[in-house]
Amino acid sequence: MSIMYLLIGCSLIMAIGFLAAFIWSVKSGQLEDDYTPSVRILFEDKVSDAGGTEKKSDK
Amino acid sequence: MVKSKQATGISCYHCGDKIQQTHLVFDEKDFCCNGCQQVYELLSANNLCDYYSLEDTPGIQRRNPVSGVKYNFLDDEQIQNQLIQFRDEKISRITFHIPTMHCSSCIWLLESLFKLEKGIKSSRVDFLKKQVLITFAHQEVSLKGVVELLSSLGYEPALNLNDIEGRKKSATNNRLLYRLGVAGFSFGNIMLISFPEYFGLDAFSRSDFSRLFGYLNFILAIPTFVYSSSDYFISAYRSLRKKIINIDFPLALGILVMFLRSSYEIFSHSGIGYFDTLAGLVFFLLLGKWVQQRTVDTISFERDYKSYFPVAVSVLLPEGETTVPVSQLKVGDRILIRNNEIIPADSILLAGEAKIDFSFVTGESLPIQKVLGEQIYAGGRQTGGNIELEVAKHVSQSYLTQLWNSEQFGKEGKSNLESFQTMVSKYFTFFLLAVAISSAVFWLIVNPAHSLNAFTAVLIIACPCALALSSPFALGNAMRLLGRARLYLKGPEVVERMAHVNHVVFDKTGTLTSSSEAVIEWHGRELKEEEQFQIGALCNQSVHPLSRKIAGYLPHSSKQLSVSDFHELTGRGLSGRVQGKEVKAGSASYLEVPSQQEQNLLASRVYISLENELAGYFEIKHAYRESLKSVLTSLSEGRKLSLLSGDKDTERAIMQDFFPSGSALHFNQTPADKMLYIDRLHANGAVSAMIGDGLNDAGALKVSTVGISVSENTAHFSPASDAIMDASVFGKSGNFFRFAKHTLLTIHMSFVISFLYNLVGLSFAVQGTLSPLVAAILMPISSITVIVFTTGMTTYFAFKDRLFQPEN
Repeated sequence: MSIMYLLIGCSLIMAIGFLAAFIWSVKSGQLEDDYTPSVRILFEDKVSDAGGTEKKSDK
Repeated sequence: MVKSKQATGISCYHCGDKIQQTHLVFDEKDFCCNGCQQVYELLSANNLCDYYSLEDTPGIQRRNPVSGVKYNFLDDEQIQNQLIQFRDEKISRITFHIPTMHCSSCIWLLESLFKLEKGIKSSRVDFLKKQVLITFAHQEVSLKGVVELLSSLGYEPALNLNDIEGRKKSATNNRLLYRLGVAGFSFGNIMLISFPEYFGLDAFSRSDFSRLFGYLNFILAIPTFVYSSSDYFISAYRSLRKKIINIDFPLALGILVMFLRSSYEIFSHSGIGYFDTLAGLVFFLLLGKWVQQRTVDTISFERDYKSYFPVAVSVLLPEGETTVPVSQLKVGDRILIRNNEIIPADSILLAGEAKIDFSFVTGESLPIQKVLGEQIYAGGRQTGGNIELEVAKHVSQSYLTQLWNSEQFGKEGKSNLESFQTMVSKYFTFFLLAVAISSAVFWLIVNPAHSLNAFTAVLIIACPCALALSSPFALGNAMRLLGRARLYLKGPEVVERMAHVNHVVFDKTGTLTSSSEAVIEWHGRELKEEEQFQIGALCNQSVHPLSRKIAGYLPHSSKQLSVSDFHELTGRGLSGRVQGKEVKAGSASYLEVPSQQEQNLLASRVYISLENELAGYFEIKHAYRESLKSVLTSLSEGRKLSLLSGDKDTERAIMQDFFPSGSALHFNQTPADKMLYIDRLHANGAVSAMIGDGLNDAGALKVSTVGISVSENTAHFSPASDAIMDASVFGKSGNFFRFAKHTLLTIHMSFVISFLYNLVGLSFAVQGTLSPLVAAILMPISSITVIVFTTGMTTYFAFKDRLFQPEN
C-alpha cells in the first residue's frame, strides 16, 4: 500500500499545477473578456499579395 | 467613376441604410453618402475589404463629417497626459471607449488599424466593454491623428470630462477569483482524501493512513481558512464594531469553530474533523458572491454631467482661436460652439443662430431657438451653424452641474431599506447562539463530556450557508434575466428594492412621451405655399410646445417674414399680421369654432384662421409611449403613482385621463423640486421608484430608492441611476416590478428550505451525534438545493411574468 504515498503526492502536485494555471489565467486577464477572443479566432490572416483584391464576392 | 442616380429600394453597401436622396456608385457598389463611400475607398485601398465579408453592411454612417479643428485639444500636453495610460520614449498606450462598436466586423477592422496607419503598433478590442486598447508610436503618429483616423472610419471615441478628471479604475474582481480558486482547490482535494472515510473503506482506516489524511486535510484547509475566508472575518468584525449583526457573523463563527474543532480532532487523533465541510462552505459562499458581483459590464451607471460634457472647447481670443480644457474655462471667455457640440457652461449668446437641443436635459428633442443676449444653460446641444457665446458661469457652477455639487446630492440619499437577508440573519444569529448555549448547558448537566461537542456541532451545522446563498443566487439570476429583457440593473440588490416600491414617480417628457417627434396632420382646405409660410412665421413667435411643433412642421420661407400686432393669450391662441394678412391660431374656443366632435384626448387641435376665415386645423398626436395606459394601470396595483413634469400644465387633462385617480400630478417642477418631492415621499415612509430620463431628473433618480432611467439607446448617455431601461420595453414596466416581487417570494421560500435543512442538522447536533459524514453531506446538498431552487424559480417567474414576450 505504500504506493499510495506516491499517488497522493502525484495527485497533489497535479492539483497545485491546476491551481497555478488558474491563477495565471486570471492574472493574464483571460477571464475579463470572454467574448472577443471567440470572434477573433475566426478571422483569417489573409496573405497580402500585392494585387490582393477581395476574394469574397459581395452579398 | 462616381455617378449619381435616383435610387429605389437599394441599400448602402457600407452602412446598410436605405438609399434615399443621393445615390453614389463606386466600384460597382452603392453608397448612400460621401462619408460611407470614403470609408470604403480607404478600406479597399488598404486591402481591408474583409470588413464587408464578415458581416453584412457593418459600416457606421458618418452623417456629420469631422471638422478639422475638432480634436485640436488632443495636441495639448496636459490633456494627453491625462488620457494616455502609459508612455515611454517610443510608444504610448491608450484605451478608447467606442460606443458605435457593434459587430464582429468592427472588431476585425479595429484590430487591423495597424494596416491603415504605420504608427499604430497594435490594437486590441474588448467587445463587451466596447473598448479598444491602442499602442502607437507617438513619434510617427500623434494622439490626434489616431483619434481622427478612428473618427474617419465612423468609430468616434467618446472623450469626455470623466476621462480627464480621475479615470476610474477598471473594477477587477480578480481578488475574488483567486479566493474562489484556492477554496475550490482545497474543497476538491479534501473531498478526494476524505473519500475512504465516507465509504468506510477499512483498508484506509489503518491509523497511519488516516493520520496522514488528517494532516493533509489540515494543510489543505489552511489556505482556505486564512486566505479565502478572510473577508468574512473582516466583515463580521466590522459589523460587530458597529453593533450590527449581519449574515457574515454566524458564517465567520461557523468557519472558526469548524477549523478549531477539526484541528483539535486531528492533532488529538480523536477524529477526522470537518475540513471538507469547511472548504465546501467557503467555496459555495464565494461562488455566491461571484454570481452576485457579475454585473453588466457594458453599461455605466455612474455617469454624471462629466461623462457628458466635452473635454475641451474652442475659445476665441484676440489672437485667434485656441482650445482650452473645459475645466479651465473662465467667466467672460468667448467660446465657439459648432454644430452638434455641447454647451459646457451657462453662457450668453453673442452671435449666430442658436437652436439648442435640450433632449439630454429635459427629454424634449425639439430644438429651442434662442435670441442674441439670451442665457443658455449648459447641457444643450447646438444644431445648425456655429454660435459664439460668452461664459457666464464656471462649469461647476452651472445650473445643472451645481445640482451634483450641492450638499444634498452628495449625501447618500438611498432610504435604508434593510435587505431581507440582513433582517433574518439578525434573529437567526440569536436563535443559533441560544440553541448552542442551551444544548451545551443541557449536556453539562447530563454528560459533561458531550458538552463542548454539542456546542461546536450546533455552530458548525447551523452555519447558514444555504441561507447566505439564497439571496445572491436569486437576485443575481433575476438581474441577468431582467438584463435579457433589456432592463439593466446596477446591482442585484436593486431587484429587492424594486420589490418593495410602493410609489412610482414618472417624468413626462422623454419618459411617458417618446422623444421622437409628435405626429402632425393638417385637416382642412388646401393651403397655398405662402399661406404655410405665414402660419409658420406666426407660430415661430411663440414658445408654446404646440406652436413650436407646427412651426417645425411647416416649410420655412427663404426670406424672414416679419409678424406685426402679435398677441398671445396664454393657453388659448395667437394672432398677428404677416404680410398684411391677419393670421390666428389657437384652440376651438379662441377662434369661436363650435367644437363638433368630442375632443380626442390623445391629440390636440390647433385651429387656423386666415383673414377671419377658418381654414382648418392641425391635429397633433402626442407621441405617448404605446401601452402607456396599461403600464400605469398595472403599476398602480398596490402602488401610488405621481407625475413630475418640468413643463407647464397644458397636458394636465390628458395626463389625468392616463393616470388612475388619486395620483399626484405636478407640473412646472425644477430639478431641485423633483429631488425634494422624492425626499418628502421618503419622509412619509414611502419607498419610491423614479422613472425618468434627462439630466433634470438626475437628482430625483439619485435620491429615489430605485432610480430607473429610460434610454432610447443604452449605449448613449443616461444619468446616474440604479437601472437603465431600454425605451422599447417601457410597456413591460409593470411586469418588471411584478417579477421583482416574485423574486423576493423566491428568496422567502428558499429561506424556508434552508431552515428545514438546518433543523435536520440541528437535531443531530444537539444530541451530540453529528458525524463529519452527515455534515459533509448536508452542507453541499442544502447549498445545491438552494442554488437550483432559486435559479429555477426565478427563471420560471421570468416566463410567467412575460419578461421576454414581445409587446403587442
